Amino acid sequence: MPVIEVTNLHKRYGDVVAVDDVSFTVEAGEIFGVLGPNGAGKTTTVECVAGLRVPDGGEVSVLGLDPRRDTAALRERVGVQLQESQLPDRLQVAEALELFASFYRRPADPARLIEELGLGEKRNTPYKKLSGGQKQRLSIALALVGNPEITILDELTTGLDPQARRVTWELIERIRDRGVTIILVTHFMAEAERLCDRLAVIDRGRVVAVDSPAGLVRRVAPTQRVRFRPSAEVDDRLFTDLPEVTAVERTGGQLVVSGSGDVLHAVASVLARHQIVAADLRLEQSTLDDAFVELTGRRITE
Amino acid sequence: MRGFGQLLRIETRLYLRDIATVVTTVGLPTLVLVVLGLIPALRRPDPTFDGQTFVSYFAPSLLVVTLAVAGLNVLPTMLATYRERGVLRRLATTPASPAALLAAQLVITLAAIVASAVLLVVVGRLAFGVPLPRHPLGFTVAFVLGTAALLALGLLVAAVARTAKVAQALMAPLFLLIMFFGGVYLPRFLLPDFLVRVGDYTPPGVQALLDSWTGTPPRPLHLVIMAVVAVLAGAGAAKLFRWE
Repeated sequence: MPVIEVTNLHKRYGDVVAVDDVSFTVEAGEIFGVLGPNGAGKTTTVECVAGLRVPDGGEVSVLGLDPRRDTAALRERVGVQLQESQLPDRLQVAEALELFASFYRRPADPARLIEELGLGEKRNTPYKKLSGGQKQRLSIALALVGNPEITILDELTTGLDPQARRVTWELIERIRDRGVTIILVTHFMAEAERLCDRLAVIDRGRVVAVDSPAGLVRRVAPTQRVRFRPSAEVDDRLFTDLPEVTAVERTGGQLVVSGSGDVLHAVASVLARHQIVAADLRLEQSTLDDAFVELTGRRITE
Repeated sequence: MRGFGQLLRIETRLYLRDIATVVTTVGLPTLVLVVLGLIPALRRPDPTFDGQTFVSYFAPSLLVVTLAVAGLNVLPTMLATYRERGVLRRLATTPASPAALLAAQLVITLAAIVASAVLLVVVGRLAFGVPLPRHPLGFTVAFVLGTAALLALGLLVAAVARTAKVAQALMAPLFLLIMFFGGVYLPRFLLPDFLVRVGDYTPPGVQALLDSWTGTPPRPLHLVIMAVVAVLAGAGAAKLFRWE
């Protein structure tokens, strides 16, 4: 059963169209990704879902509520972690959680949440003295302290080092295991691939595709690349004549043969016939990154 | 305004943690009073000041310092910082109201102003023989209206300034003018008559404070001007205020 339904959402700021036409549904208990380059309209979309912005067109339904009218009920049941939102410098970790807990009717236990998010040793540390990763974890804790049914996490790991990012990912999986539905806004492919059950690819204010990460990869032409260093001179035509092969490139001493179907077997047969040894041989398959380029015609730039 | 009580409690704690601000807002005017009061010549009655001492004559200008620092510096900077850093927006995602935070800040500012004024009046009375305000009702009305006018101006600046830096840049000239016309930089008896008259009508209305302190009822026009400034600036602030 869907807990969030967005239909033909449209939002503009003056003459600038932030969200042109976005539709998707989110099922209970899943991690749903909203993936797209900066400025694609991801944040505006989830802000409309959270009831922080009023759409100019379309319908949004969250837990059967209208974010425009049922704001108070929505605030109780949806936890939001905003991009680039900070706390007062002198506010301590435990104070922040206790304060936010006091706003809700049925809050989680702040002390337990602090332990769960690994902030136990920092409970009396002022916000200013926390590291980037600790600030993010506190921000997640604040989004969870109201015991929400849905949590919206916007660009959660931007600016974190790889180690802190991995810790945060594990945390999100644990939250999902508690039965919380999660909307994850991101422009990191690896993050989307690792965490999301399904994701909507958004580009220029429109949904380009909604599918599982594997489903998105399957959609694009199933290109494979065989990359190796030949032991002797080879003529490109040996490969281009093969029906499976679509392109041959040379980079330095490396040969990259692209194609579909059983490219690897075809290439290996040719090499064996000519008694050429392939050093550093690697088979590269399409990734979510390739799928994204295929779907939007461009690469996400970080 | 859900969350007001808890926000007031936490914000008060945060305010008290910022010792520099507390000392400046609450203690600075009294500190200046003490320094001046230690000079014997300034404690002698003088015909220039209708037979009062200079310290008594200058005390209302020290109240202007309190109001200008608390209302035109600390409050708008705090609110602009909260908006700039997304604290108000963060609050908007919870059942608590960002307006509750605004209200908590106002209450704390008012408390600091009252504490500062009481400290000034009490220390002046006990240490340097500055009489208590002789027209208490008039003094209270003048003080309340002057405070309202300055806080409204501060909120107006906080409403239009996107960042703390902008708030401070907008505030600086206003702060200097208010302090100057309040007779803080140069005692008013040294100013040309024209500037003194302008100062009478400049918030928070130092002449009305002086009149009521020395026993004359404040002139209605002075009070009306302060009320008008408070209402206009307050309405403008309410209209222009942005949570983000």
